[in-house]
Amino acid sequence: MAEPGTELTTQQAQSRGALGSLAFALSTSVPGIHSAAIEDGELVVRTSRDRLLALMGLLRDDPRYACEQLMDLCGVDYPARAERFEVVYNLLSVTRNHRIRVIVTTDETNPVPSVHHLWPCATWWERECYDLFGVLFSGQPDLRRILTDYGFEGHPLRKDFPLTGYVEMRYDEDRRQVVYEPVKLTQDFRNFDFESPWEGILTLPGDEKAHESRQGLKLPR
Amino acid sequence: MSDIVLHEDIPEELLSADAAAKAEIRTVEIDSHALNFGPQHPSAHGVLRLVLEMEGEVVARAIPHIGLLHRGTEKLIEYKTYPKALPYFDRLDYVSPMCEEQAFALATEKLLGIEIPDRAKWIRVMFAEMTRILNHILNLTSFGLDCGALTPALWGYEEREKLIEFYEAASGARFHANYFRPGGVARDLPAGLEERIAEWARQFPRWIDDLETLLTNNRIWKQRTVGIGVFTTEQALAWGFSGPCLRASGVPWDLRRAQPYDNYDKVTFNIPVTRQGDCYDRYLVRVAEMRESVKIVEQCLAQIKPGPVKIQDHKITPPPRREMKRSMEALIHHFKLFTEGYHVPPGATYTSVESPKGEFGVYLVADGSNRPYRCKIRPTGFAHLQAIDEMSRRHMLADAVAIIGSLDLVFGEIDR
Repeated sequence: MAEPGTELTTQQAQSRGALGSLAFALSTSVPGIHSAAIEDGELVVRTSRDRLLALMGLLRDDPRYACEQLMDLCGVDYPARAERFEVVYNLLSVTRNHRIRVIVTTDETNPVPSVHHLWPCATWWERECYDLFGVLFSGQPDLRRILTDYGFEGHPLRKDFPLTGYVEMRYDEDRRQVVYEPVKLTQDFRNFDFESPWEGILTLPGDEKAHESRQGLKLPR
Repeated sequence: MSDIVLHEDIPEELLSADAAAKAEIRTVEIDSHALNFGPQHPSAHGVLRLVLEMEGEVVARAIPHIGLLHRGTEKLIEYKTYPKALPYFDRLDYVSPMCEEQAFALATEKLLGIEIPDRAKWIRVMFAEMTRILNHILNLTSFGLDCGALTPALWGYEEREKLIEFYEAASGARFHANYFRPGGVARDLPAGLEERIAEWARQFPRWIDDLETLLTNNRIWKQRTVGIGVFTTEQALAWGFSGPCLRASGVPWDLRRAQPYDNYDKVTFNIPVTRQGDCYDRYLVRVAEMRESVKIVEQCLAQIKPGPVKIQDHKITPPPRREMKRSMEALIHHFKLFTEGYHVPPGATYTSVESPKGEFGVYLVADGSNRPYRCKIRPTGFAHLQAIDEMSRRHMLADAVAIIGSLDLVFGEIDR
């Protein structure tokens, strides 16, 4: 008896085998792919920006991959990396019943080629990615903001954008209009990381004397 | 040309009285053929602002403006522990809350590598199907309302109320359930609920029949919907359609069948598919889906067995209240779970469920901490709404309303 969670149904095993052969085919026969591997049971392909369009065209039109649908396109921000953004495309094939995820990296200035002529639905996803992360898409004729307010500044899903934002909006009774003002917080924004709840607090409140004696700072008389 | 002096250039005191009055009358050019539909419009289904460029009464271009309900859910989730991120999903598509929860719960479970107990899976399938009916009732009846049929809406709310009572009995909340949690469901069904659901499942198909007598063969309804907003199979695929909208365009695709999750592989049901891809077909698909959902609920009731409803690892699910009063370990587990949460191993997954509207996906990136590094929500209606320009082009203005109704848009989900 296998452990719960590790046993696979026949269908899952078959699809995993099929995904494995797809990963093998992609990584051996298509030029310009950094890696094509199964990660957590999902096929992930990493490529570079200049090879993206060729790969996407292949994934859509080649009957082995047949990804008719672009289900999702999103950004992920890693500020520590040289190319801080990942743009993630989740493709779905309804004829072959598999999903392929394509990942490219970019930064604030280098644009990613747009795929809107392959899948027209990409326009809004790219607009959203531009709006929230500031990723540029070349060849996209309609690169406007989509989710944020009219006249919004900044890209809110970047990791360096504060959760509270910079401006807040209210209705001003005197001026009889909606006004924007800098955010005023009555209390500093507190961000608990929970990495280790006890380290860092050397002295518990009310426990100063015991702490001093424990540390040998002041010996008890 | 140079001797023409504009009124603005002349100081006011030098102008004669009537000339000053004339200067006040300015000509402002208004393109009378651009129509602002919404954001406050009863058939905009929320806060859709649709700018319609008209040629007479024919729509030349439809430009949706969205984001008026943008609440920054994805950003907020990055600052919340996994258990605290879950309730945000109820508030996305507030018409089908439990199905959204299911996507996040499944994604988290996948990254944690846990398998939930069988009873929890049955409860999830059963409530997901009841959610589907809940959603379709609201969509179909308000779609009817958009096209001038008042009675379905009046009847529908009564049926919805029954389902919402089951929600309340199981989770304690009528809408924002917070019920499907990573590791199972929040608590077991109360005694007698299964019998009440079985009783409802016996009666409900009759209500669908009643609804169909009002609409399906109604001449006015067909005039408003047949041949309106036709989308071919190729168009539907290219525009990222899913769910009933894709099936109405002739694609037999359903994630419950193609990529089954929870216990969908243990129930049998049909996938209704139609070929025309117009508003009427989208209506028919949803009606047929409700009938299938009732069948699934009945199969769940037949196969569900007593047992645990969440995994017994109290680092992920809270310990029973009773135990907390006696056991120090249970108390610590409870405290840690509700303050720190649990740490999810690094990884990324795109997990999707067949929500009543279509494919609802969560792209979850974990970095090993107790908070999601990135949680992208793939709303269903986002792709559907985008196609409205293509769909309503060269239709009449009133048809645009029917198309919006048939796409089943909810802005909590689209704007996030």
